[in-house]
Amino acid sequence: MRAFEYSSPRTTEDAIRMLSAEGAVALAGGTDLLSLMKDGAAAPSRLVNLKAIPDLAGAHESDGGLHIGATTRLGPLGEHRVIRESFPAVAQAIAGVRSRQVLSMRTVGGDLLQRPRCWYFRAGFGLVPMHDGASMAKTGDNRYHAIFGNGGDAVFVNPSSLAPPLIALGASATVLGPDGERTVAVEDLYRTPASSDESEFTLGAAEIVTGVTIPMRSSSNATYEIRNRKGFDWPLAAASVAASDGGARVVLGHAAPIPWMSAAAGEALAGGISEASAEAAGDAAVADAAALSGNGYKIQLARVAVKRAALAAR
Amino acid sequence: MAQTRYPKTPREEQPEASPEPRTASAGTKAKGSFSRRQFLRGSAAAGAASAGLLSGMLDDAAAQGEPGVAGPGAVDMAFRINGKAYVATLEPRVTLLDALRNHLDLTGAKKVCDRGTCGACTVLMNGDPVYACSVLAIEAQGAEVTTVEGIGSPADMHPIQQAFVDHDAQQCGFCTPGFVVASAALLNRHPNPDQDTVHRELGGNLCRCGTYAGIRAAVAQAAGGGTTNG
Amino acid sequence: MAEYVWPAAGDRLHIGKHISRLDGPVKATGRAKYAYDVNRRGMLWAIMVQCPHAHARITAMDTSAAEAMDGVVKVHVIQDVGTEIQWAHDEIVAVAATSEEVARDGAAAVKIEYEVLPHFVNERAVDEAPDAQPAQAETTGDPAAAMASAPTKSSGSYHVAQIAHCSLESHGQVAEWQDEETVTLWASTQAISGVASQLGEQIGIPASNVHVETQYMGGGFGSKFSVDRWGVVCAQLAKDTGRPVKLMLDRDQEVSVAGARPSTHAEVSTGADADGNVVAWDSKSWGSGGPAGANSPPLPYVFSFENQTHMHTSVPTNTGPARAWRAPRHPQACLVTMRALEDLAHAAGMDPLDFFLKNIEKTGERANTYVEELEKGAELMGWRDRWRPRGSATGTVRSGLGLALHTWGGRGHRSNCEVLAYRDGLVEARIGSQDLGTGTRTIIALVLAETFGVGLEQVKVTMGRSVLPASGASGGSTTVGGVSGATRRAALNAVDAVFERIAPRLGTEMANLELKNGQLHFKDGSMAAMPWRQAATLIGVNPVSATGANPGPGQLNDSGVGGIQMADVSVDMETGVVSINRMVAVQDCGLILDMKLAESQVYGSLIMGVTYALTEERVFDPHTGQMLNPDMEFYKLAGIEDVGEMIVHMMTGPGYDERGVIGLGEPPVIAPGAAIANAATNATGVPINEMPMTPERVLAAINGGMA
Repeated sequence: MRAFEYSSPRTTEDAIRMLSAEGAVALAGGTDLLSLMKDGAAAPSRLVNLKAIPDLAGAHESDGGLHIGATTRLGPLGEHRVIRESFPAVAQAIAGVRSRQVLSMRTVGGDLLQRPRCWYFRAGFGLVPMHDGASMAKTGDNRYHAIFGNGGDAVFVNPSSLAPPLIALGASATVLGPDGERTVAVEDLYRTPASSDESEFTLGAAEIVTGVTIPMRSSSNATYEIRNRKGFDWPLAAASVAASDGGARVVLGHAAPIPWMSAAAGEALAGGISEASAEAAGDAAVADAAALSGNGYKIQLARVAVKRAALAAR
Repeated sequence: MAQTRYPKTPREEQPEASPEPRTASAGTKAKGSFSRRQFLRGSAAAGAASAGLLSGMLDDAAAQGEPGVAGPGAVDMAFRINGKAYVATLEPRVTLLDALRNHLDLTGAKKVCDRGTCGACTVLMNGDPVYACSVLAIEAQGAEVTTVEGIGSPADMHPIQQAFVDHDAQQCGFCTPGFVVASAALLNRHPNPDQDTVHRELGGNLCRCGTYAGIRAAVAQAAGGGTTNG
Repeated sequence: MAEYVWPAAGDRLHIGKHISRLDGPVKATGRAKYAYDVNRRGMLWAIMVQCPHAHARITAMDTSAAEAMDGVVKVHVIQDVGTEIQWAHDEIVAVAATSEEVARDGAAAVKIEYEVLPHFVNERAVDEAPDAQPAQAETTGDPAAAMASAPTKSSGSYHVAQIAHCSLESHGQVAEWQDEETVTLWASTQAISGVASQLGEQIGIPASNVHVETQYMGGGFGSKFSVDRWGVVCAQLAKDTGRPVKLMLDRDQEVSVAGARPSTHAEVSTGADADGNVVAWDSKSWGSGGPAGANSPPLPYVFSFENQTHMHTSVPTNTGPARAWRAPRHPQACLVTMRALEDLAHAAGMDPLDFFLKNIEKTGERANTYVEELEKGAELMGWRDRWRPRGSATGTVRSGLGLALHTWGGRGHRSNCEVLAYRDGLVEARIGSQDLGTGTRTIIALVLAETFGVGLEQVKVTMGRSVLPASGASGGSTTVGGVSGATRRAALNAVDAVFERIAPRLGTEMANLELKNGQLHFKDGSMAAMPWRQAATLIGVNPVSATGANPGPGQLNDSGVGGIQMADVSVDMETGVVSINRMVAVQDCGLILDMKLAESQVYGSLIMGVTYALTEERVFDPHTGQMLNPDMEFYKLAGIEDVGEMIVHMMTGPGYDERGVIGLGEPPVIAPGAAIANAATNATGVPINEMPMTPERVLAAINGGMA
């Protein structure tokens, strides 16, 4: 780990100022960033700790919905009354983390903005690793890689636990930066980079996510994960479903470089959730999936995850 | 282990990662001298000497409205561990785990994966179990840290430690401190846990010798729920 | 003279009871100091630079930047320019510095250039291997003719991936020189006596001047028998700098270079007669555990058939080299054999339990043991009521049962012990053995206490130091027999020596004395029994000393165990996820000294078996040959939620006890994978032939994607 400067501001304004320095990176729960730094996959010259900023912690209800501060830890969030009662998709995604230590540490913002677990990336070959002019992961061992959105060279999968349920629930993120505050749909935080020089996030320089807001719309919602290990393990497939009178949204995790929204699966559930529509949603979700050399099994897992998430939401 | 693993060069210094690296060098030499105490802003150093050990320098600086910047060289830090005050002069990059093990000789928490996966380094921060390998020491200032040494001693074991002994919930013992701390936290949260709760709360710890049957039984005993195995 | 036997069943004070390990409290409270925990005044940290290529030649090296770094004390070149490197993560340079952080900075500043050479890391594709070597070919009888005439035939391909030891305490040590000629090594090792000799030889000092100290060690599983290059480098750095040096492997290095269990791939054909007797076996296997390839697994396993042939090909790969992994070659052989025989039982339309019983005589001298164990296991599993033919289960989640047999030797190794009896009543055993967590320290204590007829609080075990009486390496299930034999003999001799010393002072004969239940008894009743502590005062200021060795007079230990395991698993047919419902292990190991520790070994083995059956494997990148999962995130050890319910039954009593002590570390870890694979096959109705049984592989089998 390269030596770095450290600061722990008390206000978001100070945090943005501290983050404006070259090489500065925000530190939240640390469950991902410190490992990246030890692996040499990240080498910030300054860390700006966000956890001492009182405004960023905690969740509260308002007219707009449930607002969750960016440094709210996953564990307490999963026990929040509104999450348990209204947003089981979020509670189930949190339960899927299966490590009390991670739940005590990882923040909402950190979960949304954690970096991919791609083993080529972690070994230092870059986020879009290339080998002899071809995508290294596409031509290498890609058993855990993308089955959607993998037409280009980037084939890592987005690892966020919260992004699929939050996107399914129509949540928005508040982004603060040197130019002020803006609100974006959670799905709009993500992009697929064309090369390792590009980021997989849409945040600008010195911008931070200060919180997310889940609109208080009534929906049937659930998350379903398929893991090799029942305990602490990255899902091989995950899906979140939120269905209401206004329609259904289906989002897959660990499936694409971005949280993958399946409009077709949503349409399949628009008339209500039944065994048949859940099955149809699963089929629709993977209709445009494309296997790499070693991850065809993930297509079936994604199909099953969508079906079971839908049935769980019923 | 960072820099000895191949082309792991900071991106800003080498934008194009070479697809077939030919050297194992990585230009990550730290800025500045390692022993130099470095504060960019404020005169927090003077205040820190008299500040309560719990607050630590950075909080002290921040409280004055000027966010302090510490490092990259070593800075004075103050910790509260197992009810005792400790001070050390460490670089901001030193993890809580390395601070405990290498600088404070509290070696109960183990370094195994060093990547927040295995749980061998589990300690409590303000009562919550955390991976000490994934917390910076500088962040742990102001928190009440409890390591396995603070849970109990051989002469005065915590009930969960006694239960680990009684049910042989340990073989080589290298994962044991992490499991003991996580189990103590589990029992604080759930005094009478069912097996699903035990599994969920201890999922963040891994054992290689295979002591899970004993751990289940140990937690059941410490919870006062008798013994169950398998 | 003492009679070198174990006490009879009715006379046992400690043996066979559930005794908690004596170092439990010190471990459970984090006070146990492992090699990784040793911090010495002025100690330096050493970090090793690793080669990023699976096969390469070092063409240039520049250590100047590291040497110039503030805090770096010494840069030691391990492999210099011109050296050909055969696996990724191999160690090239070590940097010693005043802190761990600076040592890492220094390692990062070392510049090394390589000429990258072609590598081969995918031994499954044996036809593409550049250097495959015929390694074994054995034929008995006329398998071709027997196969041709067999009415029931089966064939299949079976695959076991390479796995790592992944000991939680990585390999490494702290070295500190006392003077020019004497060094202390706090090492994480399974072989303190051997390491002292190896290091002395390699560093040019007498072995007796190397003091190896290992009170606790965080797992080895067969990977920690040698001083290793990093041990020598550590001692050299300490000598060169005049300061203590700590060098522990990082996790990525631990998992990629410090131990592998070879893969096994096999194609098997079998034949049975109309009654279900196996009449023919034909197997071809290949596999790799690194640059040396892999020796043949013992095929067929446990059983010997009248007509059998086996051929093995060793496939060298550019991967971190193999080391002994608990019961070397047996778990792989067990998977291949038990899966093949389960397939043959299915072809014969038989319950595998009946099929194995039908053929049990072909296991040889342990046949009766297997019968008893199979019957016990069937009872504990409810096999007779619950087993259904392969593919009978319906629904999305399907359950099934499977079983497997295993065998191992486990005779006690060479060991020496000195027992001292002091006038304060303390009795001490000194033995140059090590406790890997199996409970060796506790075993020694209870044998000593048993022999003196005293409580465990009355004895002390001094071990874990190479200066003590030499004892063998702890591997191959040899330790418990070795140390218990040596301790029993030394303790019996010490009791005699005590009697010899105190009898005259009591005005009686040696032969009139007896130690029992903490009391010194006079057999002729001439005096009332006196407490041992009072009797001990007669020893005087010079303690009584006696020695004992293993092997030695009397049969205190033996070799050769059976053991059977049964698995009840569920398979999600849509996801391929295998869940363990229940595992049953029935195990013999002769005379059991500490039932609690023995059961722990079996529980642990089941869990380790679940891990290699379901989740763990080394994955290598085809492009670079690097291991892609040198971590604990994608190198997956099973967690507490994964292992299901476990039932352990130890065979004891007549027929078992009189054999003496037999080792237990290896046998129960052999069969779990095979039993689980057979259960998964029974549940799904399709052959599940690969370990680990990941969702990917199970789905491929269910979807008919496998050959």
